[in-house]
Amino acid sequence: MTANPPSYLNAGHTIRSWLLTTDHKRIAVLYLVSVTFFFLVGGAAAGLVRADLLTPEGDLLTNEGYNRAFTLHGVIMVWFFLIPSIPNVFGNFLIPLMIGARDLAFPRLNLLSWYIYILGGLFTLIVLLVGGVDTGWTFYTPLSSMFSNGNVVLVAAAVFIVGFSSILTGLNFIVTIHRLRAPGMGWGRMPLFVWSHYATSIILVLATPVLSITLVLIAAERLFGLGIFDPSLGGDPLLFQHLFWFYSHPAVYIMVLPALGVISELVAAAARKPVFGYSFVAGSSIAIAIIGFFVWGHHMFVSGQSMYASAVFSFLSLAVAVPSGIKVYNWTATLYKGNILLDPPFLFAMSFIGLFVVGGLTGLALAMLSIDVHVHDTYFVVAHFHYIMVGGTISAYFGALHFWWPKMFGRMYPLTWGRITAATIFFGFNLTFFPQFILGFLGMPRRYHVYAPEFQTLHVLSSAGSTLLGLAYLLPFVYLGYSLVAGKRASANPWGATGLEWTVPSPPPKHNFVEIPTVTGRPYDYPVDKEDRR
Amino acid sequence: MRQYLQTSVIWLLLALLLGLTVLASHVLTGPVSLFAGLFIAAMKAGLVLWFFMGMRHETPMIRLFGTGALFWLAALLLLSFIDYLSRGAV
Repeated sequence: MTANPPSYLNAGHTIRSWLLTTDHKRIAVLYLVSVTFFFLVGGAAAGLVRADLLTPEGDLLTNEGYNRAFTLHGVIMVWFFLIPSIPNVFGNFLIPLMIGARDLAFPRLNLLSWYIYILGGLFTLIVLLVGGVDTGWTFYTPLSSMFSNGNVVLVAAAVFIVGFSSILTGLNFIVTIHRLRAPGMGWGRMPLFVWSHYATSIILVLATPVLSITLVLIAAERLFGLGIFDPSLGGDPLLFQHLFWFYSHPAVYIMVLPALGVISELVAAAARKPVFGYSFVAGSSIAIAIIGFFVWGHHMFVSGQSMYASAVFSFLSLAVAVPSGIKVYNWTATLYKGNILLDPPFLFAMSFIGLFVVGGLTGLALAMLSIDVHVHDTYFVVAHFHYIMVGGTISAYFGALHFWWPKMFGRMYPLTWGRITAATIFFGFNLTFFPQFILGFLGMPRRYHVYAPEFQTLHVLSSAGSTLLGLAYLLPFVYLGYSLVAGKRASANPWGATGLEWTVPSPPPKHNFVEIPTVTGRPYDYPVDKEDRR
Repeated sequence: MRQYLQTSVIWLLLALLLGLTVLASHVLTGPVSLFAGLFIAAMKAGLVLWFFMGMRHETPMIRLFGTGALFWLAALLLLSFIDYLSRGAV
């Protein structure tokens, strides 16, 4: 009799065995711990901002302090949480398992990617300790290159460094998906989660270098006075915005495409049905990635760019709605007449769809030149991008966490607490950000911490929502932490889901598969035998 | 030996194109100068991709990815130029 190989968690117990691991699953856990840490730091900065906005006079922080708080919130949340969260935690953990591989194509590169992420994070924390930066996460010039009193170069260095982590991860995923799929797993049999990570990786590899170059140019102008963006030196500040948004708009899709992949998995598992229009859902990921590269100018409608450029960008921006709409309609069709159980992953998926639709439709509004001119740089924009980037991505992130937690750690958690968390996050999120749509429409500018008294009620509602949201984000620490020590042992497939990752034990052994499986059917071949469920 | 010869020839060609860029910037003016500069730069990039980066030995898939990267770079430049060349017209 051959004993089952030990799980990846038991393959070594020393700190060294974790810090020098090349196992994609352990690296995923390292990312899980580190992105959670940065989520807490970024969340604390958000809490500070919302607390300051409780009163019209901004009594809590100074003008400078407020600028530094929201900049820190943006920088940490965008580059150290939203971008790496799903790809680096769940992509790392699941892609080899889902395609029947023993690891990613370049395991050492994968570990290097984590170390680079940590190095970038340390730079950011140093900035925090030496006083922060006040430019906003967008580093607009000439503020950042000429006038800012903050530590711009240090933060730019942090983001520059963490960019390499993204590029390496994207490269690793692309090569893995091309080269290491199990026999029989053609492109038409790949899980949609893997498709979405493939599309994301293309953006990561193609767009991130542009950001890196842009940050180097800022540092060059700031340190050496080179006239690149500063008009007084012959530069052009709009050039910065073109370069910055060429990366940063696709970055929104880096955040949301993996989330879309997660939702496709959760919806199919919840409905216990094959995903409706599989090839359209897969293709729409690629379409979003491609069209996402041509829309950056919608951030610049009132910047002084040419009206012709604005018209082109407005038209292209509206086009992204088509593949996004395909996904939402196909999820809805998948759920139709499904045998649905109200488990936490499903509730998070529903939360995602709701928030993504609100964020997407307000995105259409903002893509229209005429409406954008009215609400530009108001809280309407803040609400819109939080619905997509935060509401969407974090719902999917928590959905993924609740769906694959038993697989990752071999333990079940109290499902009721998961349901309570999903509902509270949804309610708290809407209470926080829906008032901001109204605030923006009424004319409250973003980035201000002193405002007209008539806006206070809506700000107080928003701050109350953020408190609730913060508490809801903390809840999983309690019950997921509890599950690690006292949770019921999870079976290999507690949700009765399809996919190769559910065919290995929970938690999986170090090398995933004793024998590389052969794929013979299409993905989402529901219904699965329910006997094993939970 | 043949490989060194080829590398040297490509390097010489690149140096010639660089000289052409400098010449064009002195002789030509306005948008023509800009487009001439871009055209020469594209030729240089093509040589580097095809020979130095070994694209001529690669599979169609790698070439597709390489072309994709160029395509996106072209998109960045083209859409930015739509702004630059038409700014102030309206």
